[in-house]
Amino acid sequence: MATTKPAPAAKSETPADPTTLGADVGLTKDDLLEMYRLMAVARAVDERMWILNRADKIPFVISGQGHEGAQVGLAYALKKGHDWMVPYYRSVASLITFGMSPREIMLAQFARGVDPSSGGRQMPGHYGIIERNILSVSSPVATQLLHATGIAWASKLKKTDVVTITYIGEGSSNQGDFHEGLNFAGVHNLPVIYVVENNGYAISVPMALQSAVADIAIRGAGYNMPGVIIDGIDVLACYRAGREAIDRARRGEGPTLIEAKVTRLTAHSSDDQQTKYRTAEDLESGKDRDPLPVFRDQLRAAGMLDDETEANMVAEARKVVEDATDWAEAQADPDPATAQRHVYADLPPARMDDPLWTGVRFIGDGGPWGVLRDSGGEG
Amino acid sequence: MAVMTFIESVRTTLAQEMRRDDSIVVLGEDVGKKGGVFLATDGLYDEFGGDRVLDTPLSESMIVGVSIGAAVAGLRPVPEIQFADFIFPAFNQILSEAARMRFRSNGAFTCPITLRAPYGGGVHGALYHSQSVEAFFAHIPGLKVVIPSTPYDARGLLRTSIRDNDPVLFFEHKKMYRSVRGDVPDDDYTIPIGQAKVTREGTDVTLIAYGLMAQYSLEAAELLASDGVSAEVVDVRTLRPLDGETLLASVRKTGKAVVVYEDNRFGGYGAEIAAIVAEEAFESLDGPIVRVTGPDVPGVPYNHVLEDWFMPNPERIAEAARRLAAY
Repeated sequence: MATTKPAPAAKSETPADPTTLGADVGLTKDDLLEMYRLMAVARAVDERMWILNRADKIPFVISGQGHEGAQVGLAYALKKGHDWMVPYYRSVASLITFGMSPREIMLAQFARGVDPSSGGRQMPGHYGIIERNILSVSSPVATQLLHATGIAWASKLKKTDVVTITYIGEGSSNQGDFHEGLNFAGVHNLPVIYVVENNGYAISVPMALQSAVADIAIRGAGYNMPGVIIDGIDVLACYRAGREAIDRARRGEGPTLIEAKVTRLTAHSSDDQQTKYRTAEDLESGKDRDPLPVFRDQLRAAGMLDDETEANMVAEARKVVEDATDWAEAQADPDPATAQRHVYADLPPARMDDPLWTGVRFIGDGGPWGVLRDSGGEG
Repeated sequence: MAVMTFIESVRTTLAQEMRRDDSIVVLGEDVGKKGGVFLATDGLYDEFGGDRVLDTPLSESMIVGVSIGAAVAGLRPVPEIQFADFIFPAFNQILSEAARMRFRSNGAFTCPITLRAPYGGGVHGALYHSQSVEAFFAHIPGLKVVIPSTPYDARGLLRTSIRDNDPVLFFEHKKMYRSVRGDVPDDDYTIPIGQAKVTREGTDVTLIAYGLMAQYSLEAAELLASDGVSAEVVDVRTLRPLDGETLLASVRKTGKAVVVYEDNRFGGYGAEIAAIVAEEAFESLDGPIVRVTGPDVPGVPYNHVLEDWFMPNPERIAEAARRLAAY
């Protein structure tokens, strides 16, 4: 039975014996350290994007700093290469947790020809890798939620146990596609998880002007699915909610709506100046809701993270980012001759080099029409 | 060989394709037990069951968006939009998602969807059950747009569309559903997307049209013949990709082109054909390119007098061609 009202965010409890941290949700010390490592790598990659932007090496950044606790926690129980992820533009930590490499993330920042997300065609932040079951996404928001619903519908028809997870911001939860997708998933009890990462701002518009209700999760009741609220700085609570939703979907018990309350530690994007619409107090208090130091303190209190381990982890993250940045930057830009490809599967590319398109060809020079009919597909 | 109506051709072809390929699913509003408001999917629910013939909520964006996801996951969806007039809530999914999926992922992801929708006027459907919407979609690279005008073409092109690996918009003129009959062979023939067809040969003037207007152009050619004007008719059949070669060859032969489309005149699909003829066959033209179209009002009005005023018809096409032939 679906909840009609989401329970307040459940806190993970600090065990009486702190060294058993995570045991109640089945996580080992190695798991916890791995989750912290994923968060640290995601943060390091993310911070590097902004440095590259300020250094004029990449024209645009959109990122997920402040969302990492929710993202790693929610995705950690997914089966890589089996389940599907339909991300959004802040999903850096989700994607790294699901197997996307920092090199692959950096290729998108530099828009290089071998960028597996789009070959340099899309802005950074529009990730998608077919080999990793990560679907390509666009810029109009919430459209991808219907694609995740469609993948989940196919999973059900094919009687597989594939789970699909998709992410949007709370601003996007006001789009019609949110309603249409959740309703269809509710009707057919589909194995899909909808994550709303609520950082309180749709670019500059605060929650109070976005939504008539304070909690997006309450909308789950309208689609007969559980609406769960989690605190994005409580990584273990995020993991528990993610695992429960994943298990529930895999058992064929239907969709879950999860709202993660997070903070946005950066501006919306590199083209945004958030001091124009956020107060100094608001920005300052956001720093208290940074999931990285909170989780680190938990691990240290549990005796799982000592100075040496932490130093090694930081050094390792730095090394991974250095490698990803240098390697990605060294890759070639896409060849303009390839820009015409992949419009259709079986038709030759549009002849943008044909003088017809540039207006300098006149009668008798020959047209493109023979080409359309006669040449084979180039793909 | 069987003689059947246009809609029988669509329905039986859907059934044949679903028997051939288990990954084909039909989804849309009322397509299940009811068999569609025009009965284009009648009988599919009984034969293939509710999983493969799905009655959806009244949510067009969902119908297309879910089809995109299902296609990514290996199904071959054939969604129906109940009337082309109602396709616009799904416009973003068609334009921003389905059409761009292959290009934006550098060829990694594909979207094999055949989106069927009945279009067109002349059936007392008024503003919101009569529109011609093809110009919006033919404008978009990444989409294929198909509009057959005979039961034979409907079968051959629907087969090809369903088997195609790109998103195809397949528009069916609703006035032709039961008014047009024709031979449909039993064998597994297909018609390639991207081939126009000369449906009547002539020497004085070329009539270029698609859908119901291709039928009307044949009737107009008959009227013109009794006046001693020999009209050639080119049925465009697939608007994108367009077979420019066939229509240009015809215009180069006759030297005169009448482009016929039911949509509003301004910026309609036929304007692109006129531009291509002007660019590519200028030296062969013996007169101005003429368009016979619907008028530039925001919709087809309901009252039969007003609807008749809106709709291009064989007489109107013949009159334009007669004047051009005499130019």
